[in-house]
Amino acid sequence: MNIKTAVVGTAMDRVDGVAKVTGQARYAGEYPQAGLLHGSVVSSTIARGRVLSIDTAQALSVPGVIAVLDHAHRPRISSYDDDYSDADSAEGTPFRPLFNDRVLYSGQPLALVVAQSLELARYAGSLVKVEYLEEPHETDLASVLDKTHPAPAETPAPRGDFTGQFANAAVQVDATYLTANEHHNPMEPHASTVLYQADGSLEIHDKTQGTQNCQDYLHKVFDLPKEKVRVLAAFVGGAFGSGLRPQYQLPLAVMAALHLQRSVRVTLTRQQMFTFGYRPRTQQRLRLGADSQGRLLAIAHDALGQTSRFEDFTEHLVEWSGMLYQCDNVALSYRLAPLDVYTPLDMRAPGAASGMIALECAMDELACAADIDPLELRRRNFAAINGNEGKPYSSKELLACYDQGAQRFGWGNRRPQPRSMRHGQQLVGWGMAGGVWEAMQMKASAKARIDGAGHLTVSSATTDIGTGTYTVMTQIAADAAGARVQDVTFVLGDSSLPTAPLQGGSFTVSSVGSAVRQACLALRSKVLAHARQHYPEVGKAPVEKITFADGYLQAGNHRLALADIVASAPEGFFEVQVEAAPSAKRKPFATATHCAVFVEVQVDEDLGSVKVTRVVSAVAAGRVVNPKTARSQILGGVIWGIGMALHEATQTDHRLGRILNHNLAEYHIPVNADSGEIEVIFVEEHDDIVNELGSKGVGEIGVVGVAAAVANAIYHATGKRVREFPITLDKLL
Amino acid sequence: MTPFSYHKPASVGEAVGLADVSSRFIAGGTNLVDLMKENVVRPERLIDITGLGLNGIQATANGGVLIGALVSNAELAWASVIEQHYPLLAEAILAGASPQLRNMASTGGNLLQRTRCYYFYDTGTPCNKREPGSGCPARTGLNRIHAILGASDACVATHPSDMCVALAALEAVVHVQGRAGKRQIPFADFHRLPGDAPERDNQLAADELITALELPPPTFEDHYRYLKIRDRASYAFALVSVAAGLNLNGGVIQDARLALGGVAHKPWRDPAVERTLIGQAPTQALFTQAADALLQGAEPLAHNGFKVPLAQRAIVRALSDAALGAKARGATS
Amino acid sequence: MSANSPQSGEAHPLRLTINGQARSLQVYPWTTLLDLLREQLDLIGTKKGCDHGQCGACTVLRDGKRVNACLTLAVMCDGADLVTIEGLAKGDELHPLQRAFITHDAFQCGYCTPGQICSAVGLAEEGRACTREAIREQMSGNLCRCGAYSNIIAAVEEALPLMRAKANLQGGPRA
Repeated sequence: MNIKTAVVGTAMDRVDGVAKVTGQARYAGEYPQAGLLHGSVVSSTIARGRVLSIDTAQALSVPGVIAVLDHAHRPRISSYDDDYSDADSAEGTPFRPLFNDRVLYSGQPLALVVAQSLELARYAGSLVKVEYLEEPHETDLASVLDKTHPAPAETPAPRGDFTGQFANAAVQVDATYLTANEHHNPMEPHASTVLYQADGSLEIHDKTQGTQNCQDYLHKVFDLPKEKVRVLAAFVGGAFGSGLRPQYQLPLAVMAALHLQRSVRVTLTRQQMFTFGYRPRTQQRLRLGADSQGRLLAIAHDALGQTSRFEDFTEHLVEWSGMLYQCDNVALSYRLAPLDVYTPLDMRAPGAASGMIALECAMDELACAADIDPLELRRRNFAAINGNEGKPYSSKELLACYDQGAQRFGWGNRRPQPRSMRHGQQLVGWGMAGGVWEAMQMKASAKARIDGAGHLTVSSATTDIGTGTYTVMTQIAADAAGARVQDVTFVLGDSSLPTAPLQGGSFTVSSVGSAVRQACLALRSKVLAHARQHYPEVGKAPVEKITFADGYLQAGNHRLALADIVASAPEGFFEVQVEAAPSAKRKPFATATHCAVFVEVQVDEDLGSVKVTRVVSAVAAGRVVNPKTARSQILGGVIWGIGMALHEATQTDHRLGRILNHNLAEYHIPVNADSGEIEVIFVEEHDDIVNELGSKGVGEIGVVGVAAAVANAIYHATGKRVREFPITLDKLL
Repeated sequence: MTPFSYHKPASVGEAVGLADVSSRFIAGGTNLVDLMKENVVRPERLIDITGLGLNGIQATANGGVLIGALVSNAELAWASVIEQHYPLLAEAILAGASPQLRNMASTGGNLLQRTRCYYFYDTGTPCNKREPGSGCPARTGLNRIHAILGASDACVATHPSDMCVALAALEAVVHVQGRAGKRQIPFADFHRLPGDAPERDNQLAADELITALELPPPTFEDHYRYLKIRDRASYAFALVSVAAGLNLNGGVIQDARLALGGVAHKPWRDPAVERTLIGQAPTQALFTQAADALLQGAEPLAHNGFKVPLAQRAIVRALSDAALGAKARGATS
Repeated sequence: MSANSPQSGEAHPLRLTINGQARSLQVYPWTTLLDLLREQLDLIGTKKGCDHGQCGACTVLRDGKRVNACLTLAVMCDGADLVTIEGLAKGDELHPLQRAFITHDAFQCGYCTPGQICSAVGLAEEGRACTREAIREQMSGNLCRCGAYSNIIAAVEEALPLMRAKANLQGGPRA
């Protein structure tokens, strides 16, 4: 059979576009029900200690308030750590909401007020009085540098002789970079609507990147049979990692629903969006040694990240320094400092976004020290083999990214000297950086069903957090089944559907997409088998002459509608469910996406203000399933990188142990006026090893390298090397 | 929000008759509703003044304008009399908030905006402005956005308005009415420094309502500049802002105004400094002297030391831009 | 029952027009327009992103002007003519901005999208954005965490002339 790719690779509009632009798309906190109760969370104001008492009398006296839950007044929940672990858990003792009187961080949920209306719940919440026994706390990474321990991560072992080679290198860079805590802040606050069913089962609309992860968590924490818990997430208003773990509004809403045997919704406030996971602050020392031609002889990347007292959060922070460039002498280390804060959480390009700031700024410093163009330096150090694993890359069109990005940007016109380019009163700087992210694949399942009307329904428990899952799976399914896209419905966001991994890590297309493709191919085979039996003209045709496209089977001169073939089957439909696993073909190879980012900034030297005026991001990510939605992913990633470079920092008053810019006025994410002209290039990259689609995923790669490129451009503009992020204007005065 | 009762009087007299310490007037609500949601402000009664008809912009007998307290920020910035004759004010208004908020926010309410100090907004922390006597954690805490001038031990908050900085430079007059009658307050006297009563932002009594704002006859129609420096390109409060206005004749400064935002509990202005500019040719050296003079006595805190050189340079830039003239610098408003 | 209990604040009658439909409602004074739309009328297209006027997700058109519904008390909307995202399309015919947002992929998760679109309708009505830079500035009251700004600008740029043409045809306000 020939499999045409009629739709994959085309810039199709999103299939959920109309629902989203007309306000019809419903998110987790938007499912109404008569009698629905509303929960409002009461949060701790101290960072560490014990709750002595929670006075709920005044809150309970407000007419319309139904209940106040706290650690002493709640349904039974598990006490075992294991029951609170989930598919994205860190090592340690997961947070257990309303479990006991311990206060582990400022902002911790201590009580849930349940009332007939949202306004009442919030008002009554303000009447709850908590008394504490305060204990001394530590929230400042910089103050606990003597209290760190090795991260429980599989950091690649040292190779070669870093110390010796670094000491003798003709050119050396030794620099330390600081990155800030950042919060995901999806536009939709976390919310869970628990609809209590007549039979005691729960139908839950949750803001999550993993419906089955949440189902499993609730099953364990509340000792509920899995079939009594269904978690749905038809639309997710952004997540960027914040939905990888079940967040506390979910168990709180379930607690209230079970306690009251009623439907309950809990939506967090924007302030409470700063009371769980975040991208952790880091301190990273980079040492690079090179020969006079800029060839890397030695790389050491020593990182320290913050974590909570109860879990050791790790991310891939330093690995990149051992795999992006060719270098035989590499030493990587990663330590953690526990603090009285919540555990960090994977956030868009976790580890890479922070770690590559250090590597790619250091590479720029090396280029300056060696007097080599920064792009040329990177070309000279290109690695065809991932040095951490000793495996060749299945594909790595990074050189094409360098070339095409540089050409589009006009990099050749760059004057190497800092402060040598101007536009009116503004200093102009051009900087660049490379980026890398792993191309992973997880096991995933999908079901495909075609009915007698020719309609193809494909389903998997995955989610669409804005990445375009609905759309690209529709495209993959249409091509694999030979159906028209308008005859395809992709169903997701439901824990009762075939198993899917968490939506994260840029592996949804490779994992779920492979399953969708396989399911649809298997379905096509079933349709074909039936057609060959039922229609003699098809049966006689050589298999290689039979094609499926546009909803038809074509066998020589015979053209049959899939709808008619299926309708003629005894059951009137065909259905297939498959589980797709990564192919053994991947084993001998390293797989990764790459990018090269070029940035122009204008800096007002007197006032310190920086404007990113132009960005070109050239990406090698294998086959692009949908150039329109994929481009959007990269555009968004670039905005994230700009925010990371210039704006975003969660600020904590360490004496109070409390985050204080917990709102969108003072936690600055870029606004429209902060975005310059951004161009995206997808370079040709063929890869039949990474997965059967040849597609590597684009959710993270757009972020990686951008912040470093901005910082490098600022250096080029001003001659100032700022190593503490974000580069706010005060650091440039 | 703590429940409250709602009243919509039909006259100013009725409105001020309803007002006392436990009530608040509401017009645009952009700041008050926000503060009520945060439980920072908990009035027992809200007095909706949007029915009072204070919506006009009229010429005054002496050639100035009288702006009704309910004129929205957007209407004001785009009123042709303001665009043409008070472009400094238009530029300042458009530098603030967002288009949506400017459509809602009223002229009178803009004067009553409360500080953006983190601690003031977070009821989980002490704050003398919110709860007198509870302490000021900002003085030794996170104070990057706080005051460098005119602060006190009790409070280091800044006034967040952009519009008010221009109004200070333009020497607007605030018309108010209370149960005791009407009075007019020069802009310079309207807002207070925190002293030992930071809970009071201004001179208004609890029953007094801002009814209008009066601008003196037009001035600085060509040589003006509102320069705002913030942490992102738009939709952020000022770290430092400068309102500058010059009248030039034959290359000599005839009149000058200079006010700063983001640095103190009120728009910061010193007429004595402005006088040093008069009769002089507009030079970088002169502007630098003026900047240094206006910032004399600045007392930065641990994290806002940068505001001193930033303000200094911003003053020089704003005055230089103003001297250049709006047409020459390509300003549109 | 304390003096501050909700019972002491009465529900007030409220008459307004929402998406062309006259409504007669009873609201408590502390109910925001946003909560009224979302919780009582199931008009969930208007989003709550921050609830404090800091993100623009709740943008609706009040008497043709874009405002933040989260900071608007419903009780103060008596007599208002409101348009929400649900009121922009004419049946199956999408508003030019809605069409342009789809064509240009000017959204990802879709949560800020209704606010962006209503904001852009307001921007067109204001008629003050003549350059790309001005559109960027005047769309800056709407945060998009997915980072769709480039495509939002492309969509608004494409739709503005279409809206202008339509308005001229109907003798409507300048756009």
